Amino acid sequence: MDWMTTIGQLINTTLVFSTALIFAALGGIFSERSGVVNIGIEGLMTFGAFAAGVASFYAEDAGMGAASPYIGILAALVMGIIASLIHAVASITFKADQVISGVVINFLAAGSTLYMVKLLFDGAGETTLLKEGLTKWPVPLLSEIPIIGEGLFNNYPTTYLAIILVLVAFYVLYKTSFGLRLRAVGEHPSAADTVGVKVLRMRYVGVILSGALAALGGATVTLTTTNTFSHNTISGQGFIAIAAMIFGKWNPLGAFGAAVFFGFSQAIGNYFQLFAWSKDIPQEFIYMLPYVLTVIVLVAAVGKSSAPAALGDPYDPGKR
Amino acid sequence: MSKLFKIFSVDNLLVPLVAIILGLIVGAVIMLIGGYDPLLAYGSLFSTVFGNVYDFGETIREITPLIMTGLAVAFAFRAGLFNIGAEGQYIVGMTAASVVGIKITGLPIVVHALVAILAGGLAGGIWAGITGYLKAKRGVNEVIISIMLNWTGLYLSNYIVRNFLLIKGQQRSEDIKDTASISIGWLSSTFDNARMHWGTVIAILAAVFFFIYMWKSKQGYELRAVGHNGDAARYAGMNVKKNIVKAMFISGVFAGLGGAFQVLGVFHYQAIFTGSPGVGFDGIAVALIGMNHPFGILLSASLFGMLTYGSSAMSFGADVPPEIIRIVIGSIIFFIAAQGIVRWVIKPFYLKRKKEKVL
Repeated sequence: MDWMTTIGQLINTTLVFSTALIFAALGGIFSERSGVVNIGIEGLMTFGAFAAGVASFYAEDAGMGAASPYIGILAALVMGIIASLIHAVASITFKADQVISGVVINFLAAGSTLYMVKLLFDGAGETTLLKEGLTKWPVPLLSEIPIIGEGLFNNYPTTYLAIILVLVAFYVLYKTSFGLRLRAVGEHPSAADTVGVKVLRMRYVGVILSGALAALGGATVTLTTTNTFSHNTISGQGFIAIAAMIFGKWNPLGAFGAAVFFGFSQAIGNYFQLFAWSKDIPQEFIYMLPYVLTVIVLVAAVGKSSAPAALGDPYDPGKR
Repeated sequence: MSKLFKIFSVDNLLVPLVAIILGLIVGAVIMLIGGYDPLLAYGSLFSTVFGNVYDFGETIREITPLIMTGLAVAFAFRAGLFNIGAEGQYIVGMTAASVVGIKITGLPIVVHALVAILAGGLAGGIWAGITGYLKAKRGVNEVIISIMLNWTGLYLSNYIVRNFLLIKGQQRSEDIKDTASISIGWLSSTFDNARMHWGTVIAILAAVFFFIYMWKSKQGYELRAVGHNGDAARYAGMNVKKNIVKAMFISGVFAGLGGAFQVLGVFHYQAIFTGSPGVGFDGIAVALIGMNHPFGILLSASLFGMLTYGSSAMSFGADVPPEIIRIVIGSIIFFIAAQGIVRWVIKPFYLKRKKEKVL
């Protein structure tokens, strides 16, 4: 029976690690499908993780109890949207190079969140530990099923939300006229303009959605994994989410698969030491595993990436 | 990506200068909002950097690896490639230099150092070359591969340090042999024991090499052609794939050398990293502020290094959290990227000058 609980827990941990990546990768998809490169996902996640940590702390302080993490999530969404507007204004309105303005977001996030934390928490480099993180919501009945119950139906609400959003994002992108317009703007903006799509407005929507979703991903890390915000709460996960997006060919379902793959390779590291045969493998190789596997899979199976055609081009209506 | 170069060819100096001033103003405003005194903060920053020889020397030490990773990122940019992997190339460069510096014995003093430097550069070049090769031959996105190689390089280096170079019970390698050191003893004593090393000289030479190679040689012309328009370069008979691998390799050599300098000239050992050191990512910012030009990078790395080194003094002098400098640097890049804003700011000055001419 022991291995059954282990497998159940492994699936569960995989999903915990994947959740943030799923949100952030979905965010990247909305931005890049509209034609705006978003290297700033890392920074947007950092902003979200920060806002969630701080707002949730103050909500606890004000006696909100179990509602506090949800206030944290709301704060993260607002923060993510504001931060993504910087990227949008620079790259869409002022036609800045999108890679550069994404790098700007990363710099601003690294600096300003820590600056604000030090201001608010008397010079400490991290927020006070949260008492009320998110708690798991076991699905009635389903969570009783062996292995799968523990693995799939005893999760944080954010995990369920992430999975639902994958389906919603897929539906929105491929089955609605909004999605069609968004993709058209990313593939051939001048053609879209000709048929009356407001190119710049669609791109703003794409970038803002990416800010909200990436911040939600960051908030997830603070509220489920670390319960505090510090400079290394989001260390590199935004870049992994970008990888998941590219890996999944800018498709929500593909990105979901890639995010779960990354989550799994992270989770397996936690469990590796449990098996007798794997004790001798140096821990560094286990840490390395997800990254090396990605390279191998990319080279072997995926090959040419299928980025939106107008990705990275600022839209200039006067230029045909 | 080709847009990048078009933007950067206009107003080569004015825009970054105005951007730097605007960035410092943004930082000042944020300090005011936080209840700090920006004049005191900037004052203590600059008085630290220029106030005594030790700190000035250490600032130069801080600038050196930034020049190298900045050159690395810019070199790839010029060939139309986004090398986000300078971080990993820097780390493997450190490790290769450490291995040679610690394990090889019996080499004469200058030779050993040269071999260790070359090993660092070569390791960085190979690390980036993998990305270039996979991009050229398999069409895999270079951004994602180099992100993956950053982490792989970090853990691989930790593995090598932990298993082959470690001092028992400590999280760092043995010291490199004295023969592999590139420290400059007499210069260090002039600078009150600041850690001065030959890497700084090589970094400046590397910038000169970058300029000559990119703009005065046929190979550089090909790289730039491939960067501007790969298809056109192919029709003109250039081997695009070979150029991609070559550009990434040279880019990686720069970053790897930067790592080697840190080990051989500054620390003389390598620690096990708990997280990414970040010098490679800072190189992206340095390249952008320096407008992807080698001489611009010398200036922007100097600015970046001064701000970073001086920022620690701001917390002593004015009690300001040093993270404010990241906001300043981010704002500078923002204003350089969004040149529309800068033009709007400097427009009144232009107009005035024109009016005077008319009168």
